[in-house]
Amino acid sequence: MTGLLEPKAIGTDLRRRDGALKVTGAARYAYEAPVDNAAYAHPVQATIGRGRVTSVDTAAAEALDGVIAVLTHENAERLASTEDAELAVLQSGDVAFRGQVIALVVAETSETARHAADLVTVHYDEQEHDCVLDPDGELYKPDKVNPAFETDTAVGDVAGAMASADVTVEQTYTTAMYHNNPLEPHATTALWQPAGDGGDLTLWDSTQGVHPARSTVAEVFGLAEDQVRVVCPYVGGGFGSKGTPHAHVILAAAAARAVPGRPVKLALTRPQMFALAGYRTPTIQRMQLAANRDGVLSAIAIDVVEQTSRIKEFAEQTGVPTRTMYRAPNRRTTHRLAALDVPVPSWMRAPGECPGMFGPEVAMDELAEALGIDPVELRIRNEPEVDPDTGHPFSSRNLVACLREGAARFGWDERDPRPGVRLRDGWLIGTGVASSVYPVHQMPQSTATIRCEDGRYVVEIGAADLGTGTWTTLAQIAADALAVPVADVQVCIGDTAYPMASVAGGSSGMITWGSAVVEAAHAFREKFGDDPADGDEAEGSVSENPMAERYAMYAFGAQFAEAHVNADTGEIRVPRLLGVFAAGRIVNPRTARSQFQGGMTMGLSMALHETSVMDPRFGHVVNHDLAEYHVATNADVADLQAHWLDEHDDKVNPMGVKGIGEIGIVGTAAAVANAVHHATGVRVRDLPITLDKLLPHLP
Amino acid sequence: MDAEITLRVDGADQPVTVDTRTTVLDALRERLGNTSPKKGCDHGQCGACTVLVDGRRVLSCLMLAVAADGAEVTTAAGLANGDLHPVQRAFIDHDGFQCGYCTPGQICSAVGVLEESDGELSRAEVAERMSGNLCRCGAYPGIVAAVEQAAGEQR
Amino acid sequence: MKPFAYQAPTTASDAVRQVADDPDAVFLGGGTNLVDHLKLGVARPGALVDVTSLTSAEITERDGGLLIGAGVRNSDLAADPRVRERYPLVAQALLSGASGQLRNMATTGGNPLQRTRCVYFQDVTTPCNKREPGSGCSAIGGYTRYHAILGASEHCVATHPSDLAVALTALDATVHLLGPDGERTVAFGQLHRLPGDRPDKDTVLDHGDLITAIGLPDLPMARRSTYRKVRDRASYAFALVSVAAAVDLDGDAIRDTRIAFGGVAHKPWCATRAEDALRGQTAGVDAFRAAAEAELADAAPLEGIDGGNAFKIPLLTRTLVAVLRELTGVNR
Ligand SMILES: Cc1cc2nc3c(=O)[nH]c(=O)nc-3n(C[C@H](O)[C@H](O)[C@H](O)COP(=O)(O)OP(=O)(O)OC[C@H]3O[C@@H](n4cnc5c(N)ncnc54)[C@H](O)[C@@H]3O)c2cc1C
Ligand code: SF4
Ligand code: FES
Ligand code: FES
Repeated sequence: MTGLLEPKAIGTDLRRRDGALKVTGAARYAYEAPVDNAAYAHPVQATIGRGRVTSVDTAAAEALDGVIAVLTHENAERLASTEDAELAVLQSGDVAFRGQVIALVVAETSETARHAADLVTVHYDEQEHDCVLDPDGELYKPDKVNPAFETDTAVGDVAGAMASADVTVEQTYTTAMYHNNPLEPHATTALWQPAGDGGDLTLWDSTQGVHPARSTVAEVFGLAEDQVRVVCPYVGGGFGSKGTPHAHVILAAAAARAVPGRPVKLALTRPQMFALAGYRTPTIQRMQLAANRDGVLSAIAIDVVEQTSRIKEFAEQTGVPTRTMYRAPNRRTTHRLAALDVPVPSWMRAPGECPGMFGPEVAMDELAEALGIDPVELRIRNEPEVDPDTGHPFSSRNLVACLREGAARFGWDERDPRPGVRLRDGWLIGTGVASSVYPVHQMPQSTATIRCEDGRYVVEIGAADLGTGTWTTLAQIAADALAVPVADVQVCIGDTAYPMASVAGGSSGMITWGSAVVEAAHAFREKFGDDPADGDEAEGSVSENPMAERYAMYAFGAQFAEAHVNADTGEIRVPRLLGVFAAGRIVNPRTARSQFQGGMTMGLSMALHETSVMDPRFGHVVNHDLAEYHVATNADVADLQAHWLDEHDDKVNPMGVKGIGEIGIVGTAAAVANAVHHATGVRVRDLPITLDKLLPHLP
Repeated sequence: MDAEITLRVDGADQPVTVDTRTTVLDALRERLGNTSPKKGCDHGQCGACTVLVDGRRVLSCLMLAVAADGAEVTTAAGLANGDLHPVQRAFIDHDGFQCGYCTPGQICSAVGVLEESDGELSRAEVAERMSGNLCRCGAYPGIVAAVEQAAGEQR
Repeated sequence: MKPFAYQAPTTASDAVRQVADDPDAVFLGGGTNLVDHLKLGVARPGALVDVTSLTSAEITERDGGLLIGAGVRNSDLAADPRVRERYPLVAQALLSGASGQLRNMATTGGNPLQRTRCVYFQDVTTPCNKREPGSGCSAIGGYTRYHAILGASEHCVATHPSDLAVALTALDATVHLLGPDGERTVAFGQLHRLPGDRPDKDTVLDHGDLITAIGLPDLPMARRSTYRKVRDRASYAFALVSVAAAVDLDGDAIRDTRIAFGGVAHKPWCATRAEDALRGQTAGVDAFRAAAEAELADAAPLEGIDGGNAFKIPLLTRTLVAVLRELTGVNR
């Protein structure tokens, strides 16, 4: 690749372009689509863990004033494709998990729809369900893990290395079931216009990718892609759960098709989101580390057990980061799944890396303690020269620099390694560190157009802004690629009316869309030179990066946490959290900082609070709301800092960017767990770290 | 059961027919076309629906519209009176949001906090008082900085 | 949500009559619990009778104590200088509960009558004796983290979620009622019930009983009082356990004390055994711990899918000891 774009707008900390719209509430989200005379849809959910619906009595619901339709598997339209079982809604009476949608009410008002949904009575033929993730239960080996990684890898002889090592760590770590819980509930406004060539479907959908959503919906309904338009200028957070359409999108579209010409609004309630919008599987991670006295690893292995739903496989790639992090001649990673009668798991911020850097990074801390080596130093000693997984060189790898910079900023050098010895004002104090990693993903397809309008440059691409700053940062990239002031660039995103863009997932957005925009800008300048006329337009698409075959491309980071544990009650606070990241070039420091901090906050939340409590007797998550499923509040966050290194990587893409949306959540929970151990001497290996796990060991 | 009520929303009297079950949030969003306050949970657990009623911050999702007949409701849209409110400007300055979904509620809550506090607030107090507004994007550091900036300007 | 009528009578006695005469009618206070329950289908009344502007929103001096109108909002009660100075535990309990917005809405009358946060109670798809007598208790053997260790029954193991109520129990406040048969008072400690075989009944109130005010007694030792709430996140969370306490010290000797626990029983738990154990003792950590142990001697933790709630015994013991250390200034 020839040199990087010369940064002018890139790297400046512009305020968000959509700022004024968001602080006034004028930005319209999916449910707020500007439509008239909307009808409202409300799903009815199964109340058994598994079985079959034998009858649905909708008479009372239908008799209610204002009810327009009640869809059930008996009267709903037959979908063209039922290949994706999660999306094959109302196609049969089968119930695969508690909370699955078995009917849908459409009514004149939201109050009526909801009331009518309560009046639908359902009879079941109930079968036994199994919702317990048991590492000793029935497990299978998936063909691949998300999205297409080898399920298992093995090099050398881990058992032999474990047997002959000076020091070993062999422990099991668990992460909980987590729900994405974007603050904007999943919502779709759908309008079916029967006129035209067979009709047109418009969806205002809260999605991380309008084009991928369109493809899915078109396929499910057997429509041509150009019959479907998906609009989504703003997304109230997604963190993966809006990366693929879930059942409610199909339901909203089906409801709209049942009331042609009338827009239908459907928003999941918060409890419904716990069954219908994806989640992160709980994981069980058996770790093995072997090292000599100097802390040099001779073996690293992770064996992962996790769950998927019986009707649709999602295999979280939890073991994958272990393949790349540290050097060791003997290595193994495996993934085994239990197929259960549970809701369908899906993407959640840093699938794989987020849970998969908990066990290993706590194990490294345990090893450091066993060896009496500083945990920062231990990581540095195991820094690989090339990617241990592929043997390729890294396009850039600055983990060590992140660790050193973080240690300096955090004041790590003054750390007394002894656990459980610092008591100040009734609080036990400790500090911990962990590494972060996230791969550079570039999606294969995305196209942008650039057009000259009134002397300004209009960039169009169906990209998404989930709060990630796309409205602003794509303008910065376009400005530099066109060599014009950023004020001269207008960006249009979030609509399939614009050229095809990939999903905002895998931190690939800026890399993929940005590359398309750069290509479009180059094409534009090539065609029209520096003095274009109004209406001149050029298109560019992302192309495969040949370097990706030859280099391992990753962002790295180091996270440092200070934990305070109340010596009386075991309450845990994290007054300081500091991350340093090496994630390529930073397009906009203001929005980038927010992304890193947001990831770290979610990591903190995972460390201390979050857990979806699955009651196996019923088969659903019982703490299914925001009062009982705790996410971090403002008061849980104190001094939280994100820093980054100036990283120059000319292999990854012409902008030199690596993706920053996910790495912030990677390693945070381990850093906190390690800090809690340093504070108390208690090693908590099961998330979340709650006071009951510390109490028995407090002074 | 329907009822005729009047809400004074962002300075304008708005007569509206509501179901007795309609909350102030749904009255605003679905009947009056004011989608500034957001619905994140509908059960008082997130703060996204925060508005000012008669000058105090409340959760509009737990307030029945019939019970609020005659009330003066201010949303984040109404706080921007031609110009952005100082709290709104501060949120933009400090990037106190990402997706923006919690933001109108955060803004109203922050205005309420500044109204409620008689003295200078420590960082921890700001964080505690803003804790009824969840931000899943984790914009808390920016939110606190924004409230502190606005508090400074107010003094 | 099923439809309902909304009534806004102009006098308290009208309100009482409207509810007393209609088994399907309920009072509406700030609505922060009731509206939540309407949406969940947990409450299905036919009529709401709004009492927020019928009861007093004033706090007045009375018999050396304070009389708090049932319409006083939680935030105003917490901010009242007399409350903060003379009953700091009340202000602290309020400020540790819910959020600023909710406290601006919630009323003094409604707060103690909020219902349990038991997840099964709030989920109409699961059995619950409190919501649907005779259907069973899903919490037993289920998610027990927020459930009782004291005074529970085989029919219900729920806890009462109010923080304010714990402080009012410690103070032995007085509940002023207007019922169909006129006015009466109930000691706050007698307001809430243990579940027994009637978990559907949270309190001793009869249908139509309106709380008009809550009286705080003339209790000088309440100036040396505190409320300590232990929870799973730093804010906006219900108590795992909580302690409300006041101490009257004579040098190092404990002349008198008031203690109540939250998060551990179907009602705010008046810790009389602990109080008895401490009265007349010299302040000291051993005495504090012995008092906690005396109170918790009959504690019966639950087993559950989440590992159960036995941790509440050491947690509450340690919390009480810490609170008493703080109030007495005695650390040994
Ligand atoms: C997310 C969330 C978090 C919360 N966290 C906490 C917390 O940490 N600690 C805490 O203590 N509370 C907490 N709460 C609960 C809150 O404090 C209560 O909902 C509130 O105090 C109830 O008061 P209200 O006036 O809104 O009552 P309402 O909801 O109006 O009424 C509650 C009940 O009391 C009855 N009632 C109301 N007024 C009267 C009266 N004058 N006489 C007789 N009956 C009456 C009603 O019929 C109803 O049954 C939380 C609530 C939410 C939603
Ligand atoms: S503990 Fe009480 S409230 Fe909870 S399920 Fe059992 S009976 Fe219902
Ligand atoms: S929508 Fe009202 S608090 Fe969440
Ligand atoms: S900005 Fe997204 S939830 Fe706060």
